[in-house]
Amino acid sequence: MTGTLNLIGAGLIVIGGGIGLGQIGGKAMEGIARQPEAAGKIQTAMIIIGALLEGLAFGALILGR
Amino acid sequence: MMIAKKSIKFVAILALVFTSFNAFAGGGETPSKGGQINTPESIKGYIKHHLADSHDFTLYSYTNDAGERKHVGFPLPVIVWTSKGLKTFMSSAFHHNDDGHVVVEKGGVKFAKIHSKIYELEADAEHVSFDETHHATNAHRVLDFSITKSVFGMLFAGLLMFLGFGSLAKGYKKGAIPTGVGRVLEPLVLYVRDEIARPNIGEKKYKKFMPYLLTVFFFIWILNLLGLTPIGFNVTGQIAVTVCLALFTAVIYLTNGSKDFWAHTLWMPGVPVVLRPILAVIELVGFVLIKPFSLLVRLFANITAGHFVVMSLIALMIVLKKDFGPVASTGMSFVLATFIMVIEVLVAFLQAFIFTMLSALFIGMAVEEHEHDHAHH
Repeated sequence: MTGTLNLIGAGLIVIGGGIGLGQIGGKAMEGIARQPEAAGKIQTAMIIIGALLEGLAFGALILGR
Repeated sequence: MMIAKKSIKFVAILALVFTSFNAFAGGGETPSKGGQINTPESIKGYIKHHLADSHDFTLYSYTNDAGERKHVGFPLPVIVWTSKGLKTFMSSAFHHNDDGHVVVEKGGVKFAKIHSKIYELEADAEHVSFDETHHATNAHRVLDFSITKSVFGMLFAGLLMFLGFGSLAKGYKKGAIPTGVGRVLEPLVLYVRDEIARPNIGEKKYKKFMPYLLTVFFFIWILNLLGLTPIGFNVTGQIAVTVCLALFTAVIYLTNGSKDFWAHTLWMPGVPVVLRPILAVIELVGFVLIKPFSLLVRLFANITAGHFVVMSLIALMIVLKKDFGPVASTGMSFVLATFIMVIEVLVAFLQAFIFTMLSALFIGMAVEEHEHDHAHH
């Protein structure tokens, strides 16, 4: 079998990003369920944090390519 | 009656959208040059070709019965700064050649196009020769100011914005309620103002930054959506474009930084003096390098990845044809590509929103003024 370690690194990045996004999404849902009237604010904050996380993951993917 | 009319319009728009998906799928199937695209390598090459900028505007290409490649589209002007000054000609002079075999002579300078880059041949050279790593040995790059496909896309988006917002602005002279295109644009402008600028920058100072935030929001959004049409732009997926956009944001928040912002960045009050220089370095690197870098990489990577995934899913119908037969493979790739395409429409908006949002957030951090230092967390 041949290949580069880069692919394993990419897989690790995706696992990390997935865990992070899952945490953000899950907690946001919990928050919305507890306080439905704050749904808009929670959603905006969720998207921002998601984007920050995504930027980190994409940065790692691009630098590691 | 009214509802019926609206639903007819809705169905018409839906049909238009879906036919454009079809056309895009068709576009993915056509070979770029030479023979058929039916191997994973040639598909990879085709996708790379699509993601890169181009000097031609090719809508689609096909092989006719006589076995010639035909390209449907139009040429774009090539404007280059060479060792003998500025030279301009149309890209049709290269006859869609992309491997340096067609040499064009203009005003005593010989040009060749290799992988969408214009090269100038040395004075005594007749043909481009390559070394074993496929680098040209007797040609060098020139300063390229050409109207490439991406530049054309940006100009097109600029024109759309100029016409749309021009008519919106003109509409306010007649009355407070806009008509026509303005009806669609006004809520979007208000959305950027009330959801992005006001909460992040603050009631007092947001007005100064509204022009930039609106421009950047609509520029990115329109170009993202244009990238999903069968025309095949990939402007916001060019790293040069996103670097420039991120630089604009960085320059704006660095030049508008308040006294408090610089005080907090360079000499953080309320922490031990030993720590202050270390914090200053971290904060400076964060504001000058890391924040713009994350902005530019996020947009670039999202759009590039989106195009890559859509085109790969379309390519599934060619790759899987041998194993699953034409109907099953085409159906599978159509369903998957349509699904991802719908997500991409969402991503197109989301990325424009995120870029504008984070720009506003950083600007807000920079212009914020504190009543007194103890009020700071």
